[in-house]
Amino acid sequence: MKTRNNGSVVRIAAPFWGLLQRFYFPVLVLAAIALMMIGHVNIMAVEQARARVTDAFTPILNVMSRPAASVADMLEYMRQLIDLHDENDKLRQENARLRQWEQVALRLEAENRSLRSLLAFKADPPANVITARVVGDPGGAFVRTVVITAGARDGVLRGQAAMAGQGLVGRVVQVGEWSSRVLLITDLNARIPVVLETTRQRAMLAGDNSDHPTLLYVPANTPVTPGERVFTSGHGGLFPPGLPVGVVETGKDGQPRVVPMADLSRLEHLQIVDFGGSGGLAAEASQPGAMQ
Amino acid sequence: MAGGFWQRLDQTARNLLPFGSIVVAMLLTMVPLPLPGYSSVTPPLVLICLFYWVVHRPDLLRPLVVFALGVLHDLISGTPLGVTPLYLILTYWLLITQRRFFLGHSFGMLWIGFSLVALGAAAVQWVVFALMSAHLLDALPVLVQALFGVALFPLPTYVLQRLHRAYLS
Repeated sequence: MKTRNNGSVVRIAAPFWGLLQRFYFPVLVLAAIALMMIGHVNIMAVEQARARVTDAFTPILNVMSRPAASVADMLEYMRQLIDLHDENDKLRQENARLRQWEQVALRLEAENRSLRSLLAFKADPPANVITARVVGDPGGAFVRTVVITAGARDGVLRGQAAMAGQGLVGRVVQVGEWSSRVLLITDLNARIPVVLETTRQRAMLAGDNSDHPTLLYVPANTPVTPGERVFTSGHGGLFPPGLPVGVVETGKDGQPRVVPMADLSRLEHLQIVDFGGSGGLAAEASQPGAMQ
Repeated sequence: MAGGFWQRLDQTARNLLPFGSIVVAMLLTMVPLPLPGYSSVTPPLVLICLFYWVVHRPDLLRPLVVFALGVLHDLISGTPLGVTPLYLILTYWLLITQRRFFLGHSFGMLWIGFSLVALGAAAVQWVVFALMSAHLLDALPVLVQALFGVALFPLPTYVLQRLHRAYLS
């Protein structure tokens, strides 16, 4: 229980203490508001503090996220057992189709190689990827970030693109020693220059905290067909061009939106793309599926 | 002397239970679960813990500690610095002034009280984020989050009650 002090110092200090008690909560509320201001003004210091604290808690999150991951794996396994037969059938058909595509791709690759040799085309250096586990998904209603187990020690730099399997999921915004934070493309603050596949029209992919980010700055006379694919354009130098992002759909309000290729609700591992800052990504690596 | 020291250490450890339970709750909400849409409507476990301890043992959970926990939450979760301390402190303030009202009544009353607190905290978050981004944001996720928390309220409260009885009585 709370101890009661009856010393003379306390008796003298009591009125001051009372005054502080009275304004304790307003002072704390003001302190919180002051912190918001500091967060806006002194961004670097706050980022530093975030990186340190995230570093400190990542090992704990890493341990805590493992049981959740194994439970999820088990549920997934059960689900797969149930529709094993259907899935097998589907995969057989898909395999047959993909074999045709493989032939086409091999033919095109050979043709491409010979044409490039004619042009003396200088290919971009292949991109390195750093693979890391997602250990923290702090969630909340207004922020979409994840914490991963790779940091400066592993070569992660601020601004690098994060991919999951086939599609872009976000950008590294904070790097600690052995942890980093990735801002997902659905976050309110995410803005990614993209290009539409068929028209080669540039646009800005803007997150709005919904599952499907919107496309901004598409001229009114440009046709945006639902189903066409969207890639990073590489403008602004932040991302390599040609990373697959998603597929266009028309939202309820008629605004073109993008369905991300990666399933953002079940991210387990991310690949941080290090394209050496030279701008550009090897053509073979920019094709869907080649990143794995 | 040795007995006294160990006893004090034991008591201190027990007194850290409210603080510890909030830290654990905070980390639990950050564990990624592969459920679609889960991450945007994670139940506000921290708020549930805060509610329980401020109503039952406010002497073991100082406002300054709650403030620090809020700052820690903001730093780990990437939310703008100051948002979590703001709504946690406002919640604390409201609860400490209305504590008598909650204490003497049934669990149902506690539950209703928490639903009001959860909605209030959701409203504060929404207003702050809307002001920060200068946009009228979609209030649905934060509302769903609050309702999820209200629906889940009895479960964490039961666990906290067991812990409270086992270690602090």
